[in-house]
Amino acid sequence: MADPVLQVAGLRAGYGLAEVLFGVELHLSRGEVAALMGRNGAGKSTTLKAIMGLLPPRGGSVRFAGEEIAGWAPFRIARRGLGYVPEDRRVFTELTVAENLEVGRRPAPPGHPAWTPERLFEVFPNLAEMRHRRAAAMSGGEQQMLTIARTLMGNPEAVLLDEPSEGLAPVIVELMAEAVLRMKQEGIAVLVSEQNLDFAAAVADRALILEKGTVRWQGSIAALEADEDVRRAYLTV
Amino acid sequence: MEWDFLLVQALSGLASASSLFVMASGLTIVFGVTRIVNFAHGSFYMLGAYVAVTIVPWLLEFDRSPWLFFAGVLASALAVGALGVVMEVMLLRRIYRVPELFQLLATFGVVLIVQDLVLLAWGPVDIPGPRAPGLRHGVYIFDQRFPAYELFLIFVGPAVLALLWLLMRHTRFGVLIRAATQDREMVGALGVNQAMLFTGTLFLGAALAGLGGALQIPRISANPQMDLSVITDAFVVTVIGGMGSVPGAFLAALLIGQLQAFGVLVFPKITLVLVFLLMAAVLVVKPWGLLGKPETAAGRTVLPEGILDPRPLDLAGKVLAALALAAVLALPLLDAYAVKVGTEVLVLALAAFSLNFLVGNGGIVSFGHAAYFGLGAYGAGLLVTKAGLPMEPALVAAPVAGGAFAALFGFFVVRLSGIYLAMLTLAFAQIAYAVVFQWVEVTGGDNGLVGVWPSRWAASREVYHYLTAAVTVAAIILLRRVIHAPFGATLRAARDSAPRADAIGVDVRRHRWLGFTLAGAAAGLAGGLYAFSKGSIDPTLLGIPLSVDFLSMILLGGIQSVLGAVAGATVFHAVKDFFMPLTDHWRLFLGLSIIAMVLVFPRGLAGAWTELQRFYARVHRLFTALRKWAERQP
Repeated sequence: MADPVLQVAGLRAGYGLAEVLFGVELHLSRGEVAALMGRNGAGKSTTLKAIMGLLPPRGGSVRFAGEEIAGWAPFRIARRGLGYVPEDRRVFTELTVAENLEVGRRPAPPGHPAWTPERLFEVFPNLAEMRHRRAAAMSGGEQQMLTIARTLMGNPEAVLLDEPSEGLAPVIVELMAEAVLRMKQEGIAVLVSEQNLDFAAAVADRALILEKGTVRWQGSIAALEADEDVRRAYLTV
Repeated sequence: MEWDFLLVQALSGLASASSLFVMASGLTIVFGVTRIVNFAHGSFYMLGAYVAVTIVPWLLEFDRSPWLFFAGVLASALAVGALGVVMEVMLLRRIYRVPELFQLLATFGVVLIVQDLVLLAWGPVDIPGPRAPGLRHGVYIFDQRFPAYELFLIFVGPAVLALLWLLMRHTRFGVLIRAATQDREMVGALGVNQAMLFTGTLFLGAALAGLGGALQIPRISANPQMDLSVITDAFVVTVIGGMGSVPGAFLAALLIGQLQAFGVLVFPKITLVLVFLLMAAVLVVKPWGLLGKPETAAGRTVLPEGILDPRPLDLAGKVLAALALAAVLALPLLDAYAVKVGTEVLVLALAAFSLNFLVGNGGIVSFGHAAYFGLGAYGAGLLVTKAGLPMEPALVAAPVAGGAFAALFGFFVVRLSGIYLAMLTLAFAQIAYAVVFQWVEVTGGDNGLVGVWPSRWAASREVYHYLTAAVTVAAIILLRRVIHAPFGATLRAARDSAPRADAIGVDVRRHRWLGFTLAGAAAGLAGGLYAFSKGSIDPTLLGIPLSVDFLSMILLGGIQSVLGAVAGATVFHAVKDFFMPLTDHWRLFLGLSIIAMVLVFPRGLAGAWTELQRFYARVHRLFTALRKWAERQP
């Protein structure tokens, strides 16, 4: 594990009286795609929200690019270079596609080519035709692409991607997988929360399995695919 | 009626619509982004007028040119915008996460502070402004003379709308504002510093209010009552137009402007009744206003936690209640002043209790509860002074009047929820206030009516005190019974989750409506008793400040507690009675206290205890750590 871009240790978080995360340990190397897996309610989304500062961590450490970011405001974390793509497609429905991208725009770190709407339309050709359409008038899959494109406009070093395949048609899921691989090509590290093993296998190098708010298993995707017991214990419903 | 006359009426309607829009657009933008209903918006408007009547004449000393006039107006708007920034940084930034009721109260605290500061800076006398050079003449439209300045105002509204449209569509700031209006959290997760965005929004909103006020100086003198009168108009415009919608505000302003211009011809005195009818009609058809969107309540709390599990009084509670009752009965043994204060406390306790019946038990945040108190007082007072009836039937009429108006207004109120509901209760209350204020022949207007005396047998202060005690204690016991009864539990269920209550077969709207009516009747009864204790009635009994007093009482007592309102009313009134004569700046003091309460105890006073425990635990941990460190030292 050479020089992780994201290193999480002992992360605790919860809502009100309910504790959800009990000391999550994980790391993400530069340029790597890791799948955060587990059943509903295992704490996948909560982990991503706590890393992003959307849910203030109650304990533990989150180091990003060598800096402790636990307790930072989300906007500072985003500016530092950690992108976040929410689940359930939180696009700004009243804004056009171009305006949605504008909200995500941040300057690129020196020496890196900045993402522009044009470059993103190459990755997501569907979006190119609807630049001036309101997001409310887009399909679920198109909105999901827009949320990813919007986050890329911030030129992140790493991206937290929450359940990108959820509720989408298989054709669109394939497009999502392509998008993740494209991010990897661009050198962006991705931590993707996912329930679907096929999707994870298609995009990720490594898997981490959460259960009851802690990481119970980690290893390569190949190892996970080979290990029926682990899958039965933590993934199958 | 001549056509040219109608045309001129329509034009003057357009001019007032413009003024309304400029001011209300700022309120709706600020609400859209920050989700805070800024009571102090009217104060910004007032400050705009005061700053303008100060600097515009000074500028016109140099040269009486129209350009300097408008430069002065713009400078006033910018100065007020800067004050908006101060308010955001010092106050709003700290309260974005507290329950909405506290946000409203905190911004009302600012209203009180600004009122006293304006009096300090400019004095109580109205200050007329200069007329605009170059626009002082009249323009003849057919045969009717129409002031050129009004004609100019007609164009200001659309111009501001166009500028706002450009800002919102074609600047990054505007795009971010629109995005934040929809999903603040996501905007933050995309790297946008919300603090800067909110500060910018407050600057824009306050500057628009200031512009609205500054533009009025050739028409009306700057006066210290501008703030509350204009905030009602602004609330009505935003409620009708849809909160957060700028085009909606424009549309609503146009409608109201025309309605008032022509309404004057039909009901010269009470044009507000027409505005009320318009608002009611719009809300029945479109509860979120003409161009508004249903509130997505995600993660937003209107209230701190309310009454959870009403239980019979335990021994300590019984002893306390008995002591309180004994104190009430023993008061006449002290001096006459104590009896007067005691009677007032009883009346206010009933009013506060009825409010907490709504707020703590029903989750219905009424920001205009004084309306029913005042209408009860007027119902009783008018029967005595105008119809010559004695006290007894008048005291029966008081809860009927309060309850009837609560039923009428409540019919619309219970269709909404959260902050929309609070604004609607406030708008209705202000309309009731304005009607009482304007309808001089019947209500005596600003002066009110005197001669509301009790019957002969109850004329002595002591007897009246015992009468009040008997009635208020009985009413409180009855309302407490209702809280404990299945009806009270149903209201709590609807408060905690309206959809779930709905799903188990509760007619949520009807229950809330009945609850609202009952609370209004109880407040009306309190108002009637109050009228006879004073011997007079006046419009302040319906005013926003009294509504805020009631809210402060229940927050002080703790809205979680069934009988807390009684304690809150006692403490609040005693403190107010003690401090008010000591200072000329009571409002400043009260405003600062309200803000301090919200900032220090954002979970309500009842949360103060938990805060204190947490603080103690932190100190304890610190000491333990220090001791361990010390032990490790050689």
